[in-house]
Order: sequence, then C-alpha cells, then structure tokens
Amino acid sequence: MACFLVPVAEAVVTTVIAKAAKSRETESAGSKPGSGKGRFETENKVPFSRKLKWLSNMLWGGSALLAFEHVWHGEVVPWFPFLTAASDPAETAEMLAEMATVGVSMAVLVTAVWGVMLLVTNAMEKKALKAQPALN
Amino acid sequence: MTLLTTVFAAIICTIIWYKNAPQNDMKVGILCWMFWGASLMWLVDAIFEYAELQAEYFTPEPADMLNDFYLGLSVVALGLVIWLVILLIKDPKGVVRTTLFRKKP
Repeated sequence: MACFLVPVAEAVVTTVIAKAAKSRETESAGSKPGSGKGRFETENKVPFSRKLKWLSNMLWGGSALLAFEHVWHGEVVPWFPFLTAASDPAETAEMLAEMATVGVSMAVLVTAVWGVMLLVTNAMEKKALKAQPALN
Repeated sequence: MTLLTTVFAAIICTIIWYKNAPQNDMKVGILCWMFWGASLMWLVDAIFEYAELQAEYFTPEPADMLNDFYLGLSVVALGLVIWLVILLIKDPKGVVRTTLFRKKP
C-alpha cells in the first residue's frame, strides 16, 4: 500500500548523514599536510561517506522501483492524497500496519545486507593494510 | 515473477560492472544498487506473501504470472531510463558537453 515510504524515509536520513560525513572528511583531509583527494584510495581505506552512499543508493533505487509498482497497482495516484488508502480511515489503518511490518522489514533487511557489506569491506581493508608493508 | 526479473537484472548488471571494474565510465554501479535494493525489498514482500498464502504462493494463476512478468519488465525498463538520465546528466565521458558546445567549422 505504501510500504516503500519507510525505506524512502531512511534514504533521506542516510543521504543527509552521508553529505555531512563527506564534508567532515574533506575538511579533515584538507587540514592534514600532504593529504587530499585520493588519499583514502592510496591507504586502501574506503571513506565512511562512500560506504553510507551504498546504503542510500540501494534505498533510493529500490524505493523508486517499488513506488512504480504501487502506481502500477493503483495504490499511488498523481492527485491528492496520493495514496488511495489514505481516503478511507479503515484502509489507512491497514496501510499504517503494512508500513510498520513490511516497510520496516524492508528497511531492516537492506540495512542488514549493507551491514554485512561493511564487515566484508572492513576485513578486506585490514587485509590490504597488512599486505601494504610487505609490498613497500 | 517481478522479484525474479529484478534479481536477474541485478545479477546481469553486477556481472557487467565486475567485468569493467575498476573503470566506471558507464556508471553501471547505479543500476546494480537500484536493482539489488529493489530485489531485497521485493524479497521481503514475497516472504510476507508466502506467510499468508503458504504453498499456494508457488502456484500462481497464469494471468497473474504474466501480469507480474510484465510489471517486472516495466520495472527493469524504468530502472534503465533512470540510469540513462543520470548517465547523461553526470556525463562522465564528457560526450554530451562536447556535442553541445562543439563549434561548427
């Protein structure tokens, strides 16, 4: 009914945090002498803002396609109140229940998969950092 | 069927991305994130539907299956359109800029 709104809300939050993290990373990279753009690449460490962007990309992309599915099924319309279920109180309650179950589960699963990706990336970063002195 | 179609699209895009990595001129990564995100969300939808319908979930009516497949293809088409728009706006190869601002001899 409107389950995609939960991942959309999470996507908004992650996008804002990613932007803030990126500006902080740029500031701290600029204040250090001999550092700058591409510094993280040479150190084999992916910046947190980039990792957060993976999550927001998945959430925005998935939500956009899911929103299209809702338009397909006539659950989202281009006129007010935009959600067909919002025009009837009984259906609104059902919609909110679906958002609380299906919508939240969607956001949790995407975040959990991203969490696993972070663990794998961190392990790869550690491995690369260990291998670096041997190469030099 | 929609879930399956999106999963296959995600797999194909990931293979294309991996084949061309680390080069990312075509921004195929965008498609990967989009299709994997949608696949995960539809997986949750499928789990909830399975919990409700049980075994009946795996024996859909042919008309429903066709409609879902049609929806899946439309979703893939929409994903490709979104990717194309982002690609042309970001223009990593500078093709659009070169074409637009090329001076006629």
